[in-house]
Amino acid sequence: MNARVIHIASNTFREAVRDRVLYNLIAFALLLSGAAILVGQISIEIEKLVVINLGLTAVSLFGVVIAIFIGIGLVSKEIDRRTLYTVLSRPVRRWEFIVGKFFGLAGTLVVNTFFMAMGVFGALLYLAHHFHKADAWVLVALYFIILQFLIICALALLFSSFSSPLLSAVFAFALFVIGSFAEDLRGFATMAQGGSRWLATGAAYLVPNFSALNVISSVAHEQPIPGHLILYNTLYAALYTAMAVCGAVLIFEHRNLK
Amino acid sequence: MAALEIIGLEKTYSVGFWRKRPKHALRPLHLAVEEGEIFGFLGPNGAGKTTTLKLLMGLVFPTSGSARILGFEWTDPKVKAQIGFLPEQPYFYDYLTARELLAYYAQLSGVPAKERRRRVDAVLHRVGLPDVGGVQLRKFSKGMLQRVGIAQAILHNPRIVFFDEPMSGLDPMGRREVRDLMEQLKHEGKTVFFSTHVLSDAEALCDRVAIIHQGELRGIGVVADLTSNVHGKVEVVWQGTRVPSSLKALEAECHVTGDTVRAVLPEENQDAAIDALRREHLRLISLIPVRASLEDYFVQKLAPREKVEGVTV
Repeated sequence: MNARVIHIASNTFREAVRDRVLYNLIAFALLLSGAAILVGQISIEIEKLVVINLGLTAVSLFGVVIAIFIGIGLVSKEIDRRTLYTVLSRPVRRWEFIVGKFFGLAGTLVVNTFFMAMGVFGALLYLAHHFHKADAWVLVALYFIILQFLIICALALLFSSFSSPLLSAVFAFALFVIGSFAEDLRGFATMAQGGSRWLATGAAYLVPNFSALNVISSVAHEQPIPGHLILYNTLYAALYTAMAVCGAVLIFEHRNLK
Repeated sequence: MAALEIIGLEKTYSVGFWRKRPKHALRPLHLAVEEGEIFGFLGPNGAGKTTTLKLLMGLVFPTSGSARILGFEWTDPKVKAQIGFLPEQPYFYDYLTARELLAYYAQLSGVPAKERRRRVDAVLHRVGLPDVGGVQLRKFSKGMLQRVGIAQAILHNPRIVFFDEPMSGLDPMGRREVRDLMEQLKHEGKTVFFSTHVLSDAEALCDRVAIIHQGELRGIGVVADLTSNVHGKVEVVWQGTRVPSSLKALEAECHVTGDTVRAVLPEENQDAAIDALRREHLRLISLIPVRASLEDYFVQKLAPREKVEGVTV
């Protein structure tokens, strides 16, 4: 990879690591995993199901909050504070800056997910005293959660490249909520008639399909995840993320930094 | 070869929500800066100095025109490795220490890994911050941040440096140190282009200056030429507190300071004034022609159009 992209990504990672808010969010997610043990203890026979469901949902939700919280400021904060001026006056191309920022945040989210996942596995170990073979599917669910983060992170970056942090947060969070019901939206599209059918189909395929990336319930019920779904979701997330980052680059390439 | 050549660079913004109207931040600007000179870009606040620098750094895009820096198109990424830039009131990543920040900028500027540490230490020493390299920038004062800003601009040994209001936020000692640093850069053969509205800094430092106002170039020239414009008046200084009565007839404006008197009078009356002093047995200390200061030139370049605009409004 381009050396300047790596340097910008490392600095973005360092910025996130030194932000105290991040630690608060991770601590809160870990607390929720711990609380899942308590809830599990009062749920007879389904302790593990509760721990996996609550634990992974906490990882997903807090990860999304972190992705949006950091992502929306990635570009706009640099412009507002004018820290960008001393970066772009060097031999750094604008696309390198955007791509570096994306990889920096993506790296941060992967590391965060690792620590939050430790909490979930810790809770599982506390309950069962050992891991089962089926617990490996939790890793697949975590992988899908990371794919969600990459898409959210790219979208937050895209919105951040042309709007204020507040609006970017609203857009990104709205897309996350709508995307979580993407399958329902597609179902609605098939039932609609005439012009609204086209509109609903278009919207259903435009919003990110987060519901396909949510396998928490299946994993909690120890159902295996088919290999083709892993491949399809990987390709889908890679393509969606790449398109959002390209959009951010295109906008940023033509933006005047007043 | 000109270190910087600006060819009709222009920037117009559209302002207004419903009815967009053009706002000329910079009217077509033509300017050339020779290699190795200190060039002052003067103008009052809001004159278009920062816009010009942002255009040259590729931070905003011009409406029309172009520029060449060190012989390359200004948009060429290769040329940026040869440029140092200090923005106005710089703000840096405050979660980093000064050393970390400079190391990061060195990486982005392509300074080889084995040289980075030495360069960072040297530049911190050069701007007078050798002992605070490990301190986070959020703990720095405004003056210290300005020094870090200068350090990052010269860190990668650029051939041309652009400083936007480099003295801003510095105390008198700091200003003097920055002036010395700019002189040193000139002696090292580097070109220094700096914007300021503090005329004394420009007068003390610059080989040439350009004056810009309301986005328009109003004057350009060698500082010595601009300030050699004799007003047709002379200044006569003599010892004592007594003013000969005959001097009043010679249109002299006299000021008594301590045990000396300073009189400014028309050049054609200087012989008569000296005769008057001789008659009164007063000791002449000096007789010098009154020169226009850079401030006089500056005011002169801005004033006429201000008056015209005043009438139009």
